[in-house]
Amino acid sequence: MSAAEPRSGAAPVAPIGSGLVLPGRRLDFPALDPLPLDCGASLGPFTIAYQTYGSLNADKSNAILVCHALTGDQFVAETHPVTGKPGWWEHFVGPGLTLDTNRYFIICVNVLGGCMGTTGPANTNPETGQPWGLTFPVITVGDMVRAQLRVIDHLGIESLFCVIGGSMGGMQVLQWAAAYPQRVFSAVPIACAARHSAQNIAFHEVGRQAIMADPEWCQGEYQREGKRPERGLSVARMAAHITYLSEAALHRKFGRSLQDRDRVSYGFDADFQVESYLRHQGSTFVERFDANSYLYITRAMDYFDLAAEHGGALVNAFRGTKTRFCLTSFTSDWLFPTAESRALVHALNAAAANVSFVEIETDKGHDAFLLDEPEFFATVSGFLNGCAEHRGLPTPPKP
Amino acid sequence: MNVVNVSATRPRGAIRVDLQLIADMVTDGSRVLDVGCGDGQLLDWLVHNKDVDGRGIEWSQAGVNACVRQGLSVIQGDAETDLRDYPSEAFDYVILSQTLQATFDPKTVLGEVVRIGRRAIVSFPNFGVWHIRLLLLATGKMPVTDSLDSAWYETPNIHLCTITDFVELCDDLGIVIEQAMVLDGRGRPRNLRAPGFLANLLGEQGLFVVKRR
Repeated sequence: MSAAEPRSGAAPVAPIGSGLVLPGRRLDFPALDPLPLDCGASLGPFTIAYQTYGSLNADKSNAILVCHALTGDQFVAETHPVTGKPGWWEHFVGPGLTLDTNRYFIICVNVLGGCMGTTGPANTNPETGQPWGLTFPVITVGDMVRAQLRVIDHLGIESLFCVIGGSMGGMQVLQWAAAYPQRVFSAVPIACAARHSAQNIAFHEVGRQAIMADPEWCQGEYQREGKRPERGLSVARMAAHITYLSEAALHRKFGRSLQDRDRVSYGFDADFQVESYLRHQGSTFVERFDANSYLYITRAMDYFDLAAEHGGALVNAFRGTKTRFCLTSFTSDWLFPTAESRALVHALNAAAANVSFVEIETDKGHDAFLLDEPEFFATVSGFLNGCAEHRGLPTPPKP
Repeated sequence: MNVVNVSATRPRGAIRVDLQLIADMVTDGSRVLDVGCGDGQLLDWLVHNKDVDGRGIEWSQAGVNACVRQGLSVIQGDAETDLRDYPSEAFDYVILSQTLQATFDPKTVLGEVVRIGRRAIVSFPNFGVWHIRLLLLATGKMPVTDSLDSAWYETPNIHLCTITDFVELCDDLGIVIEQAMVLDGRGRPRNLRAPGFLANLLGEQGLFVVKRR
């Protein structure tokens, strides 16, 4: 093995939670093989943590890359090593499920800039021996995908059967399809857009400012100071969480119900159930997520604009593509509304691409892609079955 | 990488007679867009029996979901707004089966299908058939028949035409009729010279293969 090749085998380590050893796999890329970034810098050495489910077939034609969303990670279909909660897509990925692990080999990579084992701002900068913090280079969705490509190359997979993901995961799917069309047989971008809208950038900015306004953030050097900006990160999560739901879903779940009391307290406790719920969302989030990672990853989403990267016309991103696309949106999603998916469909049609598009009726908002939506599952399984037929993948053994 | 197309090894059974007529007009292995593909019956047959690269556009969400669930490439959209995105001659055939009369702007839609397809296959109910003429004359009310079974205020068929009307529109748009036939009430071809006076009087449906001049 030459000094420029990645080393694999060791378990990934989370930079948060005092260096917790994580399940899954890890690839260490040496300084001789740095990752060039869109910002002009290059990152090296660096580490990528990923997890796999199922097994790769002999001709390596059954691999599905799952791209996780902003606050997701590689623990798609197993108990989370930090929170002890079920995997974020556990009812979607597994034996006999939509992404059937008896049939497909599932790969999920912790994104660059993340905090579950892949190099991010919470890791140590080998040059200084100090945490990167805000000296970590600003990364983009394109950089995340370039890092994932290193894993796919390492596994020797010439062409991924499918790249699938929702929200920021969907942006990565689009980036894959645009940048490496010959390596993506099918693409399933869910509840996403070809660019981050002004409103979405605005929400991200609120979150970032909440983190930066927390005195414990210490200008990004909280690790050195032995502190954590938990209040700021928690507020960022609370604000963002509202955008993942819908007015109807919030009303259905909570209405104006009070939390453990019969009347309002004429104070600023969590009188309402919805307040208590949001506070809980915020406080559990800070246990598993790094505040600086949140800054970097939201920034990557803000910068995403596929048309701008292709001379201002989205169709240019997909010209001549042979990839089979299936887009899905949800009626009550106001973060990535159906119009965004439709704009993508129009661009794909203009490129005469092979595309399916389904809008799912639900009141669950943006988060619907993470929840039990039978119509959505049926759409993705049907699409994948059609693709598998075209690729000549054998049907899975009946249980 | 072993990429094979096994779809042709699993042919589908019989489909509706009038759809079968359309299917028979499509060349093996061609690129096909079915506008208003419904639950995908014709598209599915073409993909599995003629190995076409098939796509569909369907307005109803239930129809789209049913199509995508069975592995067909179908988008939710309509002929009015979603045809203009496609590049010219993107398809060998664009199929407009029983859809033209339900569009807001049949003239534009017809122009678009012959632009994006090298050929278009168009079928529609013939409002000039003798018993419809007779019904209107006898009752003085909008005819309701087996195939046009909704009252005037709730029918999706807002731009009904006769075979002669369709031929005139093709002339206006500089569209060449390559093949024309009329079908009976069960969707079977009738042995009549089409287009023509008798075809317009006796045909329940018109079925045309057209292209740009």
